[in-house]
Amino acid sequence: MADGVLPIAAPDELDLSVDRAFRVPMGAVIVSVAVLVAVAIYSATSGAANLPVGGVIATLLDKLPLVDVDSSLSARQESILMQIRLPRMVLGMLVGGALGMAGAAYQGVFRNPLADPYLLGVSAGAGFGAVLALGFGLDVGWGPFGAVPAAAFLGAMGAVGMTTVISRGAWSSPATLLLSGVAVASLFSAAQTYALQQLNETRAREVLSWLFGQLNTSGWGQVAILGPYVVVCGFVLLATRRHLDVLRVGDDEAEALGLNPRAVRLWTILAASLLTAAAVAVSGLIAFVGLVVPHLVRLLAGSSYRVILPLSAVSGAAFLGFVDVWARTINAPAELPVGVITALVGAPVFALVLWSGARKA
Amino acid sequence: MSVDGLVCRDVSVMLGSHPALVDVDVTVQPGEWVGLIGPNGAGKSTLLRAVAGLAEFDGEITFAQRTPKPTDVAFVAQAPLLPDGMTVAEYVLLGRTAHLGWLQRESASDRQVATSVMRRLDLGDFGDRLLTQLSGGEAQRVVLARVLAQQAPVLLLDEPTSALDIGHNTAVLELIDELRRTDGLAVVAAMHDLTAAARFADRLTLLRRGEVAAAGLPSDVLRSEVVSDVYETPLTVAKVDDELVVLPARKTVS
Repeated sequence: MADGVLPIAAPDELDLSVDRAFRVPMGAVIVSVAVLVAVAIYSATSGAANLPVGGVIATLLDKLPLVDVDSSLSARQESILMQIRLPRMVLGMLVGGALGMAGAAYQGVFRNPLADPYLLGVSAGAGFGAVLALGFGLDVGWGPFGAVPAAAFLGAMGAVGMTTVISRGAWSSPATLLLSGVAVASLFSAAQTYALQQLNETRAREVLSWLFGQLNTSGWGQVAILGPYVVVCGFVLLATRRHLDVLRVGDDEAEALGLNPRAVRLWTILAASLLTAAAVAVSGLIAFVGLVVPHLVRLLAGSSYRVILPLSAVSGAAFLGFVDVWARTINAPAELPVGVITALVGAPVFALVLWSGARKA
Repeated sequence: MSVDGLVCRDVSVMLGSHPALVDVDVTVQPGEWVGLIGPNGAGKSTLLRAVAGLAEFDGEITFAQRTPKPTDVAFVAQAPLLPDGMTVAEYVLLGRTAHLGWLQRESASDRQVATSVMRRLDLGDFGDRLLTQLSGGEAQRVVLARVLAQQAPVLLLDEPTSALDIGHNTAVLELIDELRRTDGLAVVAAMHDLTAAARFADRLTLLRRGEVAAAGLPSDVLRSEVVSDVYETPLTVAKVDDELVVLPARKTVS
């Protein structure tokens, strides 16, 4: 008795409800992946040069090793697909997936559905860094990292670092972290606004367009910058999702259950902030994805973070991939800032879902 | 005395600059129920939290002669948070947390434990219900199921029945009583209802402002002059059908 656990007889079979507990619903996975694939096809074929669906698919299959398919695309069409269309699409999907997943992780760690990836000052810090780089020629670029992404990334991480210092690493007190985040974000926003005001109109316009978020890219450079962050941080976040479910009972009970809430919060915030900073560095400030996507996933597929985290990544990728097609085609050849459209599309959808949910309650 | 059970020796806890517990001794053996009683703020919850590892303390707390881990002691807060959108089965499965490594997920045997405790507590049909849709009595049974799934030999319960009516209150306490008798669980429960404490606990520890005011068998601790003094209100201890009953004393009209 003294050493070891209480014996509990094993039943012949599991109760269905226990078997289902915390499992990711296959239906939701299939639907969201199907939507993502549909968005990918829509995105790859839409634009100034309309590419035929069959040709696009054949070209992509042909790129796979050991597969040899004849494509109907001309050489010019193929280079549009491979050098312009696909890099941009993949970048959009990576950014959307990163923001969706980081938002879900922040919501879990702060036990607050209103949390978003920009909460601890990432956006304000990145914005300030970008203003310095774009407007004042600050060049902290290094290797493959251009001046603007590098400055934005450093600004973002600097702001998050400052937030944790001000809160004295209060990993057991989400409220303290949140309030420190508010203070730091205000400070950086003010600095950013002041810096912006010192610029001439052309420069300021350039900075503003960065701040609104944009996925302008040529070639695969930015995908290569963001990719490793998505892989590493995504792995860390997926590894902590079970712990986020335990955290839902509150820090005290979670700790009594055998979890270390401070360690979970530290790792999750670290990975989510790094992921957000990397996404913001290559895309600017894209609003609303990190807040709305996890929320919609929660309403449609359940409240377990084991479900919300991966599905927010897939849905965020699909959402931003879809919205970016509009950003580059609606007003072609001019582009709309994708961050504006995410808010324009996201806000009403969000409002509608909340409204119908509130009516039920 | 055997040292197999839970031993708290000279336990003191400071909350800020305020001493919440001062040199408290409590022991509980397998199969034994110790009731912690005392007025609000006497330190009952603080003692439970210290044992559960949630509060820093001076002194010594051991289980089977080592520092208790979450697989040794299971703790339930006074009003456990029942998360929105979580099902009963998921909540019970959370009890397995202490048995899982950082990167591990629940195995089939973890799910078997959850199934087993749910059936045992007559929750077999409740698995898919949301926690937020349960009545107070049902919720308390579900919380107990989570605690049992933890398979810890010591249960720390903070006011386990504070939100229940008298019928459900008794039913839950009887269930805990049955579990400790059949499984040899040690129970340490903070209790406000002194009559229930007298009936269910083997021994009582009466706390006053963080110090032990009396400890021992219910019949030794629950004496009118002792409890009246500690609770700072006149109380009468009576015997009804051979059981101790604690009542507020009638005001004497002078």
